[in-house]
Amino acid sequence: MKVTEKLALDAFKNDKESHISLDQKICQTCKERYCIYACPANLYSLNEKGEMVVEFTGCLECGTCMVACIYGSVKWRYPRSGFGVQYRYG
Amino acid sequence: MEKVDVIIVGGGLAGLSCAYELANSGMTILVLERGDFSGSKNVTGGRIYLRPLLPFLPDIWKDAPLERHVVKEILTFMGRDNSTTFELYSNRFNQEPYPSYTILRAKFDRWFADLVSEKGVFVIPQKNVDDLIKDGEKIIGVKTDGEEIGADCVVAADGILSFMAEKAGLRKPLRPQNVALGFKEVIALDSKIIEDRFRLERNEGAAQLFLGTLTRGVMGGGFLYTNQQSLSLGLVVGIHSLNQKEPREEVYKLLDQFKERPEIKNLIKGGEVVEYSAHLITEGGIHTIPKFYTDGMLLTGDAAGLGINMLVTVRGMEYAMVSGVLAGRTIKMAKAKNDFSASTLSHYEKLLNESFILKEMNTFRYTSMVLNNERLFNHYPQIISDIFEKVMWVDEKPKEGIYKTKMTELKKNFFNLQTLKDWLQFRKI
Repeated sequence: MKVTEKLALDAFKNDKESHISLDQKICQTCKERYCIYACPANLYSLNEKGEMVVEFTGCLECGTCMVACIYGSVKWRYPRSGFGVQYRYG
Repeated sequence: MEKVDVIIVGGGLAGLSCAYELANSGMTILVLERGDFSGSKNVTGGRIYLRPLLPFLPDIWKDAPLERHVVKEILTFMGRDNSTTFELYSNRFNQEPYPSYTILRAKFDRWFADLVSEKGVFVIPQKNVDDLIKDGEKIIGVKTDGEEIGADCVVAADGILSFMAEKAGLRKPLRPQNVALGFKEVIALDSKIIEDRFRLERNEGAAQLFLGTLTRGVMGGGFLYTNQQSLSLGLVVGIHSLNQKEPREEVYKLLDQFKERPEIKNLIKGGEVVEYSAHLITEGGIHTIPKFYTDGMLLTGDAAGLGINMLVTVRGMEYAMVSGVLAGRTIKMAKAKNDFSASTLSHYEKLLNESFILKEMNTFRYTSMVLNNERLFNHYPQIISDIFEKVMWVDEKPKEGIYKTKMTELKKNFFNLQTLKDWLQFRKI
């Protein structure tokens, strides 16, 4: 079962704006790419231009990326009131 | 600015327990919950231990929507292609009040929020708190969706990421060394099938922990809890350890590989995944707890760093609920004096110190150090299963005596300086 299929089972209410932002200057100098390996939802990837991008709409709101990125590139806040994942089991 | 007596940021176990303690006190209590309902942003493994809670919250359990009471404790050491399982059943686990229950937070917290609301507390969902309002160093309220609300006391019950504790200057951002990621699937399965597979009676449950190759040398382990009509199956991995892992591998793949193991495959067969969730867990123990109070503010539960990995179990929910109750008691005392200064609120720290929470966290102060020992997660689980396998193995060659087999392996793997050093370290927990 793919992660995208797992995420499709969760209830999400997606905001238009991302609650996660990355500092591209920091990301360009990063070799380890901790975020890619640590995100349980597999939301981090490099785009065609080689920039780090994050797909915020499947975010499980664990905050792991913010902690794993020891360089401080990941600016992370909770989604605005009423948005984001809504667990039905938890 | 509108003003209430107490604002509780976060309607999870800590916040709701605090609200429950403060209900009927004559004070106006506001709980601000960012999710659609309490529990909708919460995740547990999970299992809750009731006995530590009964002295503090004796009355709420009769109708509480808990899952199964745990009568079986199962511990599995996993090698690369073998595993050894210890299973404990005890009649004591089957006597009321049952010591622990499996739990799903979206159900439990939602019910608890309703209970607290019936007692006159205002639990407002879909309210994300953006900032604190300060008067000098004193916390005097919160900002939510462009609105300002004042309070004599603000309780940070906003979980492990506690932006409130950070904004109050009580806590620094989390470090990878001190937190673990827990992530799991909820797998729906007929209750009769669960009872057959785990050999349980109706309403009885099992808790299974896994240590070994499943985390590929990363600090952590696996867990499986039986709910009424589902299984909670997941992993916990230390973030620092994950960052260091070689070769690199995306963490989510570990759970998929774990599910492919024959030991797991047969347990979840025919089940349907219904949810995928993730949450951080505090691992720093007593060394990383912040100051619990400041002028006009208290920290509770995960926001206060109250939680601990005891190796064979992870504790957090009882700490959250009891710290919430103790925060409530402190606020009542402060209200009687009409003084919410740090010196009055320091009473909360005294209550925490006297409670089982900080006593346990002190007892288990070395676990985080032991947990950094990688051999605990690959070497030892592997050789336990390898030795057992050799003892059980029969082939065309004449079998060697069991004692000889065992001693040869023990000499090779256990009687060395490294194991002695590890043993001395393990003795600390």
